[in-house]
Amino acid sequence: MINKLNVATVWVLDKQQALDFYVDKLGLEVGSDVKQGPYRWLTVRVPTDPGFEISLEQPGPPIHDEATADQLRDLITKGALSGLVLLTDDVRALYETLQARGVTDFTQEPTDHFYGTDMGIRDPFGNGIRILQHK
Amino acid sequence: MWSVSLETEDLNRRLLRARDAMDRAYAEPLDVSAVAAVAHMSEAHFSRTFRAVFGETPHRYLQRRRVERSMFLLRETGRSVTDICLDVGFTSLGTFSRTFREIVGQSPSTYRMDHGPMEAPACVQMMAMRPLGAPGAQSAAR
Repeated sequence: MINKLNVATVWVLDKQQALDFYVDKLGLEVGSDVKQGPYRWLTVRVPTDPGFEISLEQPGPPIHDEATADQLRDLITKGALSGLVLLTDDVRALYETLQARGVTDFTQEPTDHFYGTDMGIRDPFGNGIRILQHK
Repeated sequence: MWSVSLETEDLNRRLLRARDAMDRAYAEPLDVSAVAAVAHMSEAHFSRTFRAVFGETPHRYLQRRRVERSMFLLRETGRSVTDICLDVGFTSLGTFSRTFREIVGQSPSTYRMDHGPMEAPACVQMMAMRPLGAPGAQSAAR
């Protein structure tokens, strides 16, 4: 029987740049950061929810041949790939914090709905991230 | 074999940013030069490359976004068709009705009769419920 979600993948163009965004700006923490040859196994997670990790993957060798990697990069930067939904207990305060930390790509400012308040951002590569505060 | 250069990645990303700007400001009059500026491009270059990357012109993208937003309001609210027309950025009820019918295949009021609220988050609806266009509408748009 499946018990939990453990790891999901977000496709990024550059793992170091992704760390700057997901950790320094968004406030996640590093899970694993292990380098072996050309590959870096890199995951981030929510500090208060460490059981679920996001694996930051980058197109290219050794995983992909160059043609496949190019296709992935094209899709990532069109916003056609990964998406995440995160929860917060104060989305308006987080909006201010993200701006202060230098996030500029807001697809939607904090907006109220009957189920709560949410906002949308994009990571530097084009991936969409929704952040929701339940009512 | 084809390759995607750093320039292409950067171009895609800039166009995506401009597309996001249109999605935020859909209710306002379209200022193509301002949107092109978000992508750091001239208007003409922006229009051409947007279409090459996203499959439709910026004008058509915005038009379909406005129609999608009107479909959401028709499903979710009791606002009049006239109010919804203005809510989403059309300035003429006649143009709105004609455009809606061309893209959706039925009038706004008939669409409202046929569709109730959708039980999915608002962001999902905005992303996923963009109308495809009535048969023939795609080729007309191109």
